[in-house]
Amino acid sequence: MVPIPYYLVLSAILFGLGVVAFVFKRNIITIFMAIELMLNAVNLAFIAFAKMLGQLDGQVFVFFVIVVAAAEAAVGLAIVIQIVRNRQTLNVERVNLLKF
Amino acid sequence: MSAEMILFFVFAAIAVAGAIALIVLREPIHSALALILVMVSLAVLYLLLGAEFIAAVQIIVYAGAIMVLFVFVIMLLNAREEERTNASRMARYAGLPLGMLLTAQLAYWVAHGWPQGGVTQAAAATSTRALSTMLFRVFVLPFELTSILILIAILGAMVLAKKDF
Repeated sequence: MVPIPYYLVLSAILFGLGVVAFVFKRNIITIFMAIELMLNAVNLAFIAFAKMLGQLDGQVFVFFVIVVAAAEAAVGLAIVIQIVRNRQTLNVERVNLLKF
Repeated sequence: MSAEMILFFVFAAIAVAGAIALIVLREPIHSALALILVMVSLAVLYLLLGAEFIAAVQIIVYAGAIMVLFVFVIMLLNAREEERTNASRMARYAGLPLGMLLTAQLAYWVAHGWPQGGVTQAAAATSTRALSTMLFRVFVLPFELTSILILIAILGAMVLAKKDF
């Protein structure tokens, strides 16, 4: 039996690495992937808590998170395609029309 | 050390290695493959936690559908290696230690935020049947709402990806 805090520490590490990737990467698609990594880390915490409490609410939550992530990926990648069409770049530093 | 512990440590190490590879590799397609590795190893951890249905959904929807979409867009846009700029050089020297510090802090507080004496694990009623009963009785309204959300997302993606938007 693996202790539940082990899973939560792994989830925290993955979330931290997701934040690092989100801040570091300059490619807009990779930034999207960093968001997916953070969502996955939170999902792991949800499932660990569901196991700890002996309830299924956490698993239902993860199900909804996955559905929303699918919707988010579809719309987000459509936006990425539109950005590339208009600005011919994937680098977020060059998408700075609203930057002060 | 039991077999479960060995499985946990092997796949946790693979997941962390995949996440680090996502950061270190510069080609977007390599990052995408690293992320798929993370998702598959997380599916194994879900199986260890007794969430069989979520493990299957993780493989089918996340590693299957969503990541195929990502890889497809990367190929479509012909995304190459990231350009290096002054800001990214600064990020490497200042940001990398700070990011590692954040990760270590998060892990530390999660590990030490527990009451002494350990956590008791309740005997979980984790069958797919119980999950589906819950999904279609207690959470039936959110379930139907997500179908509307998906419909709107499909329409939004189609409109956004049109040529003359």
